[in-house]
Amino acid sequence: MSDAEAKGSSERAADAVLSRRALLKGLAGAAGLAVVPGGLLAACGGSKSKAASGGATTSASSTAAASGSASSSGSTGKAVHLTCGYWDPNMNGPSQQIAAAFQKANPDISVEMQQTPPAEYWTKLQTAVSAGGGPDIISMNGPNYQLYASNGMLAPLDEYISKDHVDLSPFSQGLRDVYKYKNAYYAMPFNFSTIGLWYNKQLFDDAGVKYPDENWTWDDLKAAAQKLTNKSKGVYGIPATSDPAYMPQEEYYNTIYQAGGYIISPDGTKSGFDDPKTIEGLKFWTDLQAMGVSPSYQQMLDTNPSAMFISGKVAMFYGGPWRAPQWAKANLSHVDVTQLPKGTSQSRTCIHGTAFAINAHSKHKDEAWEVIKSFTSKDGEEAWGATGILIPAYQGTQDVWLKSLPQYNLKAYIDELQTALPYPVSKNTAVWQKDAESILSQAWAGKVDITTAAKQLAAKMNDDLAKEK
Amino acid sequence: MVLGLGLFYLWPVVRTAYFSFTKWGAFGGSTWIGLGNYRSLFHDHEVLQALRNTAIYTLIVLLAVPIAMVVAAMLNQRGLRGVSVYRVFYFLPVVTIPAAVAIVWRLLYNGDYGIINYLLSLVGIKGPYWLSSPTFALVAISIVGIWMVLGQQIIIFLAGLQAIPQELHEAAAIDGAGPARRFMSVTVPLLTPSIFFVTVLSVIGTFQMFDLMYVMIDPNNPAIAQTRTIVYLFYERGFIDNDRGYAAAIAFLLFGIIMLLTLVQFRLQKRWVHYV
Repeated sequence: MSDAEAKGSSERAADAVLSRRALLKGLAGAAGLAVVPGGLLAACGGSKSKAASGGATTSASSTAAASGSASSSGSTGKAVHLTCGYWDPNMNGPSQQIAAAFQKANPDISVEMQQTPPAEYWTKLQTAVSAGGGPDIISMNGPNYQLYASNGMLAPLDEYISKDHVDLSPFSQGLRDVYKYKNAYYAMPFNFSTIGLWYNKQLFDDAGVKYPDENWTWDDLKAAAQKLTNKSKGVYGIPATSDPAYMPQEEYYNTIYQAGGYIISPDGTKSGFDDPKTIEGLKFWTDLQAMGVSPSYQQMLDTNPSAMFISGKVAMFYGGPWRAPQWAKANLSHVDVTQLPKGTSQSRTCIHGTAFAINAHSKHKDEAWEVIKSFTSKDGEEAWGATGILIPAYQGTQDVWLKSLPQYNLKAYIDELQTALPYPVSKNTAVWQKDAESILSQAWAGKVDITTAAKQLAAKMNDDLAKEK
Repeated sequence: MVLGLGLFYLWPVVRTAYFSFTKWGAFGGSTWIGLGNYRSLFHDHEVLQALRNTAIYTLIVLLAVPIAMVVAAMLNQRGLRGVSVYRVFYFLPVVTIPAAVAIVWRLLYNGDYGIINYLLSLVGIKGPYWLSSPTFALVAISIVGIWMVLGQQIIIFLAGLQAIPQELHEAAAIDGAGPARRFMSVTVPLLTPSIFFVTVLSVIGTFQMFDLMYVMIDPNNPAIAQTRTIVYLFYERGFIDNDRGYAAAIAFLLFGIIMLLTLVQFRLQKRWVHYV
């Protein structure tokens, strides 16, 4: 232990006895802390110890902290332990490898990658950060960025960027704009996603329908879906939702843009849900339900549509790039992807991307910056892209991702970039997104007409936006 | 002991009471607003609906009490073979983690592939999509609630049954009472202390049900308004909407309601509970 090294030899004997007791206490403390989730601890009133900043850690540095000695950050030759929070389960294996590689190159910084399931990630993060904890490095996305940045929960990065001469031009303007707040950067863009149309070649062959391509229109899709639906076999053309939890990005944001509508006005004050073109975009999905080419909403709540796609119960599937490793893991060799079918407008899809930010409460911001800089550098992005789990945002590194899963036409995702429109966000996106979820679910379930629901949502969303000021 | 009690019970109660008079920002930082939360509480129709849902859930799960009584009486027969095996099976649900129970039952209730609908189809009934149906979702969850709590109540009733002197049963039998008559006139009246105990605990527990709902019902479920219990609403307001002050007020409202119900039950016990 570093403290023992620092003391004189005459004190070491006494120290040995003392530090054993302290070590036992520390072990008990760490074991106790290991049992209580980090979020609960934070909620109980803000313990600022490192263990609270992201759940149980079993490294030696945590026992050192618990046994009352000073935190290990100051001592030389001792690895600084950072935590990095993320939600995508696809990242689990690859993130361990990349973190290990980073530690090899930077022996005094160790990064622990911590996954929280997507449904709980934001709740847990907000609770932890409110109490002064949370991981050192935070995976951030568009809807939540402004909330965290405007409340001072993220460390500003401009100084680091200029000090290390980091060039931001390889990241698309759209992504850079998302992660600026009041003209300063609080996060580094990391990956991006567009949405593609996945299709089951086997089912298409069985029904004698030509495979979709980038020239397909809405009508082409609807016609094909009808030919592909075979209720006696329990096969449907396309589910009216890819995943009830991801619906906006994977489903209706795309069709809203394709119909020429919008979700939020550029100045962030007005909802676009009552715009007639937006409603056209939403009706795309209720029309599919009405045509009978999709399983019912209740069926899709009980059985996840991605499971239906994997087991060949639906022939088409609107999916993001994170679906590719999912299908590959399930050994789906008879599926492929193309661009989404066109609507009346130029734009095909909604683009979104996640970023890495530094927790304003982190005690090791400099080290955290090193990690982020590495992950978002050209080499770092290539390493991530090669794992196939995400599309790196760094211009010129996407080829690596394309080669990672050569059995799929992943190029479709990149081709859509030119006409992609940004993911709609506001200062407190989560509030109206939740309203959208609960109000529109009544329409998807067929209880309320979609036009009525959309207008109701627009009114509520305008209320929420007004409260943001 | 006092330190533990104070730290883990009293201090959070006091803090929650304090929070219920405040309004919170997204990342903490509260401002005092007095009774504002409570005023909105009484006008909030979602709170009313959640209370209604919780009351329905409580009433349905109270059906476990007569079931547990009958099962306990059956288990109490002298010379029943394999009594300990039956007891283990009935008690297993009690020691199973509620989240695990909810996950498995969620699969059982699956509209297309669940066993329950399959069994119904064998007798020609097309089962509904249980967990997304506004009419059936609450009933479906209540059935799981009954399943979970049955074993505990059976054990308590078994203990209560041991306290009934055998001579009373024999005297009744000599007087010509059949098993059913004996059950109604000898067993049940002398079991009323246990029934009272079980009922009070059941009401207190079911009013706080959250974990089953959280696992079985997603936020985009169209039936959520008709199924949401008051503690689930508390979680939504406190941790998803980050309105901790309002959530604290809901918690205190719940505390008041449960205390009231318990007091009422204690008052009423004089009328129907026979203490030997």
